[in-house]
Amino acid sequence: MDVWISIFISICAASTPLLLAATGELVVERSGVLNLGVEGMMIIGAVAGFSAAQATGNPYAGAVVAVFAGAVFSLLFAFLTLTLVANQVATGLALTILGLGLSGMIGEHFVGQPGIRMEALVLGLDAIFYISIALIGAVSWFLFRTRAGLMLRSVGDSHTSAHALGLNVIRIRYLAVMFGGACAGLGGAHLSLVYVPQWVEGMTAGRGWIALALVVFASWRPARLLVGAYLFGAVTIAQFHAQAVGVAIPPQFLTSLPYLATIIVLVLIARNRRLTMINTPAALGQPFVPDR
Amino acid sequence: MRIELQKRAGGSSVFAVLSPFVALLLTVLAGGIMFALLGKNPVFALYTYFVEPLADPWSREQILVKATPLVLIAIGLAVCFRSGNWNIGAEGQYLIGGMFGAAIPVLFNEWQSPLVLPLMLLMGMAGGALYAFIPAILKARFGTNEILTSLMLVYVAQQFVDWLVRGPWRDPKGFGFPGSKQFNESAVLPSLSSGSDVHLGALFAVVAAIAIWFVLTRTLKGFEIAVLGQSPRAGRFAGFSAKRLTIFVFLLSGALAGLAGISEVSGSVEKLDDKLSLGYGFAAIIVAFLGRLNPLGILAAGLVLALTYIGGEAAQISLGVSDRAARVFQGLLLFFVLACDTLIHYRIRLVSRLPKAGAA
Repeated sequence: MDVWISIFISICAASTPLLLAATGELVVERSGVLNLGVEGMMIIGAVAGFSAAQATGNPYAGAVVAVFAGAVFSLLFAFLTLTLVANQVATGLALTILGLGLSGMIGEHFVGQPGIRMEALVLGLDAIFYISIALIGAVSWFLFRTRAGLMLRSVGDSHTSAHALGLNVIRIRYLAVMFGGACAGLGGAHLSLVYVPQWVEGMTAGRGWIALALVVFASWRPARLLVGAYLFGAVTIAQFHAQAVGVAIPPQFLTSLPYLATIIVLVLIARNRRLTMINTPAALGQPFVPDR
Repeated sequence: MRIELQKRAGGSSVFAVLSPFVALLLTVLAGGIMFALLGKNPVFALYTYFVEPLADPWSREQILVKATPLVLIAIGLAVCFRSGNWNIGAEGQYLIGGMFGAAIPVLFNEWQSPLVLPLMLLMGMAGGALYAFIPAILKARFGTNEILTSLMLVYVAQQFVDWLVRGPWRDPKGFGFPGSKQFNESAVLPSLSSGSDVHLGALFAVVAAIAIWFVLTRTLKGFEIAVLGQSPRAGRFAGFSAKRLTIFVFLLSGALAGLAGISEVSGSVEKLDDKLSLGYGFAAIIVAFLGRLNPLGILAAGLVLALTYIGGEAAQISLGVSDRAARVFQGLLLFFVLACDTLIHYRIRLVSRLPKAGAA
């Protein structure tokens, strides 16, 4: 029995960073912006959270700093794509490349240092886990039950109509992108404060990209993110256990599993055209210049 | 104060040429600030980073060696990006290309023949193209997002090559280090001049750049790429198939990335080991944009990016700055390039917070 509980807890721990980053990106994409910099924002959150926790001795301070770091870092993307209408795909990649480089430089002194672990709160699970679950509910409610959520979605579906109705498209998108950055930052902090907890260069290991795939998998519906993220958490943990037990499969193949699973999931979802067509924000990735 | 954009009619031809240089200047300035923040003398640091390598003949050679894979990969990416296909997985195609080509000297270690090298190069291109075919066919058949699938395949390729060089392909006499046997002479890409580290791959890069430049600017295929990239709807009316073009550009860029991979394996490392994946596939994205997606511009841009690597090594030795500074420079450079591209299409104006009523 205890084994199953510990497996469940480890699945939660593996899923939380994915869920957080994906929740943030879902809101960003619902506002019509495609930010491919999730990986970069996550790793900035991870290194910022780790260093703040080291400096203060308090992992919660680390998490708060990670949230701010992610949001501030995402402003770079927002300024380029929203104010200067730069290409969103390329700018997102730039954010990832810069984030990986910058975090490597900032974190250089932390390599090999023991981290400060955020202890479990209730039922063997930490505060960030509970936040990630609560956030799913909050984002669902916000997007589909509030006026502000409707405004955000309308901006994402047709920025010209929303602009004509007097909505400030650019401001709404700025706020959405920063929310995405904050969530990715917290997801990164979960890696360096709970999951590992250490600083390892490049420790996000593609999780930001998997989070992007999860948003597609969830067809832009928050509740479905929960299913996707936990599915991936389970795959990750399953391959760890298989490695530990010494299954006669090379560990490299097991490590590849979550990435292969992502591709398979993307194919399965893409085949269901109707599901994706209904929910895809119509203005996703399109540049917008307000006319005056 | 607020920033406002005004669309230019047709775009500025002045900024189209100038923007990469402005971006470079801004990157160097930002780098100076970064060095100052790290407590280094910014002028001396920038000199060490960007000028000193150019003065030293050995470093100049190393720049050419590093630029070779960057240029080869970036040319293929430029074709993809122009056509509206986002191949982000060049790193994987580079690795698989290197691995496919290396299969011949690894599996037939004793075979010495003038056939070996051409066969390896062909295998390398085939491997890269095959690996790029996966995201291409998934996009064409199912509409799967090629950005995510091509990127996921990078991680898979890294794991697979890692398994090979630690498992079945490991040199039994290699003291347990990961890596294959050293290739024999007929499997090594010759140098351009004797005693030089610059191998034949550099020539491939130049030839590829000129050839692809010709295709893009002088042939119907180039026109098809431009039309479908700028307006898929107009392309359909012209009778072009976006799906077939997706397959074509992925195969082409995969083959070029594969050629880069096997050139690196056969020309520089001379065996397959676990250090082949150095992020060239990602740095090449920056090269492609810095070269403004023009193969000839990419030739120059590849040298610039190579300089950030070599300068990074120099700065690490003589300044004690982390070699990760190179990646920060590369990230900043891409940001500035993208920001400066705005100048081509828009006039940027600073306006006061509240526009007057009735103002145009």
